Amino acid sequence: MAEQALSRPVQQTGASNPPRRFASKRFQENLTSIIATVVVTIGALIILFPVVWMLSTSLKGQVEAMKMPPNWIPAEIQWHNYYDALTFNRFDLYFINTAYYAIMVMVAEAISCSFIAFGFARLRAPGKNLIFMFVLATLMLPEQVTLIPRYVLFVSYFGWRNSYWPMIVPAWFGSAYLIFLVRQFYMTVPKEYDEAALIEGANWLTIWWRIMVPLSKPVIGAMAIMSFMFHWNDYLRPLIYIDENKLFPVSLGLSMFQAPFGGTPLHWLMAASLTAVLPCIIIFFFAQRYFMQGIVVSGVKG
Amino acid sequence: MLGILPKSKLARREAGWFYFFISPWIIGFILFTGGPIVASMLISFTQYNISKPPEWVGVENYTKLFQDDIFYKSLQVSTYYTALAVPVGIIFALGLAVLLNQRVPLLSAFRTIYYIPSLISGSVAVAILFQWLLNPTSGIVNYVISYLVGPNGLLPLGIIGPGWFFSPDWVVPAFVIMSLWGLGGAMIIYLAALQGVPTTLYEAAIIDGANAWQQFRNVTLPMISPVILFTFITGIIGSFQVFTPAYVISGGTGGPAYASMFYVLYLYLNAFRRYRFGYSAAQAWILFIVILVLTYFMLQVSRRSVYYESANDEKVL
Repeated sequence: MAEQALSRPVQQTGASNPPRRFASKRFQENLTSIIATVVVTIGALIILFPVVWMLSTSLKGQVEAMKMPPNWIPAEIQWHNYYDALTFNRFDLYFINTAYYAIMVMVAEAISCSFIAFGFARLRAPGKNLIFMFVLATLMLPEQVTLIPRYVLFVSYFGWRNSYWPMIVPAWFGSAYLIFLVRQFYMTVPKEYDEAALIEGANWLTIWWRIMVPLSKPVIGAMAIMSFMFHWNDYLRPLIYIDENKLFPVSLGLSMFQAPFGGTPLHWLMAASLTAVLPCIIIFFFAQRYFMQGIVVSGVKG
Repeated sequence: MLGILPKSKLARREAGWFYFFISPWIIGFILFTGGPIVASMLISFTQYNISKPPEWVGVENYTKLFQDDIFYKSLQVSTYYTALAVPVGIIFALGLAVLLNQRVPLLSAFRTIYYIPSLISGSVAVAILFQWLLNPTSGIVNYVISYLVGPNGLLPLGIIGPGWFFSPDWVVPAFVIMSLWGLGGAMIIYLAALQGVPTTLYEAAIIDGANAWQQFRNVTLPMISPVILFTFITGIIGSFQVFTPAYVISGGTGGPAYASMFYVLYLYLNAFRRYRFGYSAAQAWILFIVILVLTYFMLQVSRRSVYYESANDEKVL
């Protein structure tokens, strides 16, 4: 499995680590390792820099936030910025809204994609490969192609303006990328499991629910997290379907909060932005293992 | 799909189960993808806003598009952005992955630091963050530039930070810098691919007297070339579809002087600001054709330069 490839200690593999046959090579290897460490550290500092600045600014007073050169540690830490920024614009409501529909979509996609993937991975039928090619072909299709017809369908036919249904309902019918992801995992499970269960008298629905779903918990977890993050950060769909303030998700609330080119005080803006991305980062730390696995399965085997 | 039915009863029953399991996808495909594709094709030949029934105008939308200066500008902006962001992103991500694959202490900490920004890159919050980091007068990036190499800086080269999102020449590079911040996703994929290259190949190369660069060029690169191709193609597709940061940073104007009028931003504005659905649908189809041609071209070019270890593997992608 790909997961093993990642958790394997790097020291034993990798480009610069051939078995040390020649003692004279050792110096050169150490040098490579030192140079690599230095470069990677500098890179990491550059990557961290915006986040540190965001955190520091979010804890300053309004005047101090604009000061150049900046104080990295605020003169007086203003925790209440978070409270002020988030209550200023009903962010409490936006968080509940986003969590609500992102979780609804996540559950729908986890169930539908693992269900559909089971068919593609474990069952034989005429036409299967052709249909699977269609699934993969939809990955190539830019979503803008279907944007307008979907909008017309959802808004003028179903009356789903100012509702989360345009996001939630399609999720119950699977998403090509996630189907592909789970299918790749299901393919690695030995066929003998199915055969044994069939002899015991189980039907395919039971095999899916009782055998495959429990076996593929890590990959379904990875898929669910990806789905959640995507919809948490999604902007285009809410922008199109939702214009009622009390239904805004965080992404819309944040972009309305930021009056273009000034207006909103910087320290509030940073407090709100940091809060908006925080759920993604927290979930990442809790589910890091699942995450890496999902990425590796989709990336390397794709 | 049609044609020969399976002979045995057992096989027929299995096929029935198959269609049972994939039925949600088929229904979803017809309702939310296949149907809309046909509808979108038809709409692109009409003049249509949601309040009046569509009116057939033939290829007028397409001919108008090819006379629309802003359309050309948007195509140019997105092409420029893609041509810059995708190769630079791959080189940086691959370089980092190779470095992390050396004996680096605290590997998992570095991996996490590099990876986390990619979770949130492309979101509204990150767009706002970079808008302020790269603010020409009060942003920290220009402050650091002037501190280091400005007229009174440590190394007085007289370099003044550019106007970034306010400058027609620098706005696309500013977007590229923002996208580079999220390169951790590609880096993780490369790192996994690098760790999957068999050690024996390097041993053989060393016995043949290959130096570090020759090992990278002749072992590493060919072995991970399918992964590079994959990230290249998905990178191109993604870059042509950039929308959120473009919309948030320019406030939906594509400014300054249309220099950040990304393709999908202009498409969105035509559809949902001016309600020119037919025009916008035509734009979407042109985008699809551009992506299709680029992908086909990439696959053709890559035939010679991408190495597939097991050509007999099940052919998926």
